[in-house]
Amino acid sequence: MADIVFDSVQRSFKQGGKEFLAVGGIDLTVKDREFVAIVGPSGCGKTTCLRMVAGLEMPSKGRVLVGGKEVQGPGPDRAVVFQQFALFPWKTVQENIEFGLKSMSMSTTEKRDKTAGLVSLMGLEGYEQAYPHQLSGGMQQRVAIARAYVLEPEVLLMDEPFGALDAQTRVVMQEELVRLARKNPKTVLFITHAVEEAVYLADRVVVMSRRPGLIRDVIEIKPIREKEGWDSHSRIEDVMDLSSFVQLRSQIWRLLREQNLGVDH
Amino acid sequence: MAHRERLNQGEFLFWTGLGIASFLGFWYLSVFLGIVPRQFLPAPHEVLLRFIRLINEPFSGYTLLVHIASSFQRFLSGFLLAVVIGIPLGLLMALSKYANQIITPFFESIRFVAPIAWVPFAALWFGTGIGGPVLVIFMGAFPPVLINTYRGGIHVDKKYLEAARMLGAGKLRLMTEVLFPAAIPSIIAGLRISAGLGWQSLVGAELIVASSGVGYMMVKGQASIQTDIVMSGMIAIGLIGLLIDVLLRQAEKFAVHYKEI
Repeated sequence: MADIVFDSVQRSFKQGGKEFLAVGGIDLTVKDREFVAIVGPSGCGKTTCLRMVAGLEMPSKGRVLVGGKEVQGPGPDRAVVFQQFALFPWKTVQENIEFGLKSMSMSTTEKRDKTAGLVSLMGLEGYEQAYPHQLSGGMQQRVAIARAYVLEPEVLLMDEPFGALDAQTRVVMQEELVRLARKNPKTVLFITHAVEEAVYLADRVVVMSRRPGLIRDVIEIKPIREKEGWDSHSRIEDVMDLSSFVQLRSQIWRLLREQNLGVDH
Repeated sequence: MAHRERLNQGEFLFWTGLGIASFLGFWYLSVFLGIVPRQFLPAPHEVLLRFIRLINEPFSGYTLLVHIASSFQRFLSGFLLAVVIGIPLGLLMALSKYANQIITPFFESIRFVAPIAWVPFAALWFGTGIGGPVLVIFMGAFPPVLINTYRGGIHVDKKYLEAARMLGAGKLRLMTEVLFPAAIPSIIAGLRISAGLGWQSLVGAELIVASSGVGYMMVKGQASIQTDIVMSGMIAIGLIGLLIDVLLRQAEKFAVHYKEI
């Protein structure tokens, strides 16, 4: 069981001597193996929420629990995929993917096998000895996802992972993530400000409002997706043409716009 | 300098040649006009001839190459000691604010003491043994290594540290696998400064506490008013210094090879 629980979580920052509230009191449960996307305008505190689950930041008030335990710091049970990839430029693709395994107790052959498995799953064969800067943005993000997946984390935290990619690559990556997530479901918290991406990928979409970040609404996607058979379409544009998809997308759009929020997608 | 156009090969040779020729011309002029007494200022060709002769003929016990080897050995000991202590300590300071606070006061208080100021202690503690010059070189070479490693370490992009922590890396791996490789360009810049200062302080130390080495050879040359020997020593120092710098630049290219490929 690896559910994520936000229990009245607040987070404030000091800036120029003044304290301001970035996250204003969040109560949310991401169920085990559920894919939840958080959408909201820039500065709504959605990234801060993810970082508190990762243990890279601590709540000022309230608690974040993963699998019933309060988060105390970062750990490989909650792998993060960053928007800026954050691959180590001085390490090869292979070494990047293996980095997290090195801290785990398992045999060298087991590590090799796991790495090789992810390399092939993410379509990185032939690039094992390449350095990150030699790869395209899309390939780099595949390495970052492989680096997170290889740890077999119970929780996957993705902070606008496709935000730095061009539109075409982004679509390919979204389709691949859907395949990966449906085949091998994990508890996923996915941050984005792209509404379509959230509707396409997630089981539930959480809409946040601007500072202080609060949950505006939670939209169930999964029941509709299953009823309308979205997953039978392998292409994202076919799903996006479905009226059920359009309806959900517009619903979330309106929620964001009702508060007169500037969203750039 | 990127904003300037490079000279073409002909221009390069012309202007370099002009610089060298004017320097030598001025030197010869001073010698032949007798501005400085001849025995205190040898002519360029005399220095060159002496330099070549010193390669085979021993002076104060050893040939020039043996003096150089002996200096270089001391330099290497002091320099490597500074590297081996300075890099880990700098990384530790970059990683932990507590370590930084413990080390900084000591460091700041020795940093402004000229390496040569350690010569009295070098002589008292080590006599003319290798320890004396090594101590002096260490005092010259250590601060730049420490400062540059520390600065390189604190300027490492936070995202790499966060990624490493998320992947379960402990403090040791953060230091060796993230801070260190990320700080290498800054560390090498520090090593280049440090090698320069170390090599300079070495000669200073040898002037006082040694019985071989380029500095020692120069003192003996001065004592016997053989200024061409003193100048040969200066040339040797310059050449070796240049060589050390070239080697370190190669080391940098090798260390950040992942950027070049």
